[in-house]
Amino acid sequence: MNNPPDVSQDPAEHEEYAHNVQKHVKGYLVVGAMLLAFTAITVALSYVDFGTRKANIAVAMLVAMLKAGLVAAIFMHLAAEKRLIYRVLLFTFFFVFGLFWLTFLAWYDPITH
Amino acid sequence: MEIPYTVSTRPDTGLWNAKVGIWLFLASEVMLFGGLFSAYIFLRLDAEPGFWPHGLLNVPVGTMNTAILIASSVTVVLAWAALKMRQFTRYKIYMGLTILCGIIFLVVKLAYEWPQKFEHFGAYIKKSALEKYEPYLGNKHLAEKGLPPRVEISGHLHNHEALHDPNVKEYEIALDPVNADPMNPAMDRPHFFYVPPTEKVANIEKADVEYANMFLPKHSAYFASYFTITGLHGLHVLGGVLVFIYFWLPIGGSRMYRQNPEHLANRVEVAGLFWHFVDLVWIFVFPLFYLL
Repeated sequence: MNNPPDVSQDPAEHEEYAHNVQKHVKGYLVVGAMLLAFTAITVALSYVDFGTRKANIAVAMLVAMLKAGLVAAIFMHLAAEKRLIYRVLLFTFFFVFGLFWLTFLAWYDPITH
Repeated sequence: MEIPYTVSTRPDTGLWNAKVGIWLFLASEVMLFGGLFSAYIFLRLDAEPGFWPHGLLNVPVGTMNTAILIASSVTVVLAWAALKMRQFTRYKIYMGLTILCGIIFLVVKLAYEWPQKFEHFGAYIKKSALEKYEPYLGNKHLAEKGLPPRVEISGHLHNHEALHDPNVKEYEIALDPVNADPMNPAMDRPHFFYVPPTEKVANIEKADVEYANMFLPKHSAYFASYFTITGLHGLHVLGGVLVFIYFWLPIGGSRMYRQNPEHLANRVEVAGLFWHFVDLVWIFVFPLFYLL
C-alpha cells in the first residue's frame, strides 16, 4: 500500500487527492481491526499448551512480530518510504540484534554453564 | 528565522527535515527499549524454576489497555489523513479521541494496576522450609504433573508492622487463591480474571522466609523489570499525550492550520510516528509480562 501523495494546491486536483486519501483511510481501519483480532488471538493462544514454555513464548512472539510489522508497514508508512529512512533502520536493526546476540552469548557462556 | 524544509522536501535526502529527525530519534528509542528487553530476557532465562511468576497481572485489564492503544493508533492516523484532506473539524475529533485513549491508558495503569500491586504481599520461602508450608504450596502435586515448583506465598498482608518491626516474628496473610487451594488442578494455570485474596489466613514465620515484601520494584527481578519497562513506556504515553494536546489546542492547532495546513499535517505525522512506536513497544510488553 503506497502512501497518499503530497497535497496539491490546484482545487480540481485536490478533489481527486482527497478521494485518494479516503481510500487509504479504509486501509487504516482494516489494519486496526486486524490488530485487535491478533490481540485476541495472542490472549487465546497463551491458554493453549504448545508442549514447552519455549514453544509458547515462540508462538506469542511470532504473533507480536506480525502485529509490529503491520504497525510499522502501514501506520508508520514503512511499506513505501524513502531510501534514507531504510538506511537508518538498517543500522538500527544491526545494532539491536547485536545487543540481543550479546545477551544470548552471555547465557550460553560455556564457563559458567 | 524561517526553518527550512518543514513542508517541502530537501533535495539531497528527498524528505522534509522533521521526518529524518523523528526516525533518527526512533532509532535511538529502539536501542533504549532494546537494552531493557535484553535485560529482561537475561534475568528471565537465569531465574531458577518457580522464581519467575506467571499470571500475576490482570489479563482482561491488560487486553483492554492493548485495545485502547491500538484504537488510538488508528485515530491518530485518521487525524493525520483528515488534515491531508483539509477537514479540520474531523481532525479535531480524531485527535481528541487519541488524547482520550492515551489518558484512559495512563489512568488504568496508575490508578488501578500499579496500586493493586503495591497492596499485594509475597514471601519467598527458604528451601529448607518448603516442606513445612507444603499445604500452601502444593509442590508434590506440581512435581507429579511436571510443573515448576512454587516458592512464594502471597496475598493480603494483615500485619504491616511485620515488614519493619523485628519483634514481630510472623507474617499474617490472607492467602491468594493459589496458596489457599494449591492442590486444585484449576490453580495449575493462572486465572484469566483477577481473583482477590481469600478469607483463609496463614501465619508464616519470618525465620522460614528468604525474602518478603510488597509487590514493589525491589520485590523481585520480575517486578523490577515490570515497573521499569511499563514505567518508561507510560512516560512515553504521557509525552505523546502532552504533544497531542498542544496540537489540539488553538495555539498549536487552528493557528498553525490557518498559516500552513501542510506544516500541521507534517507535525501530526511525526508525532504520530512516535505514537505508533509507543504502541509497537506495548505489543511486545503485553504478551511478555501479562501472558507468558
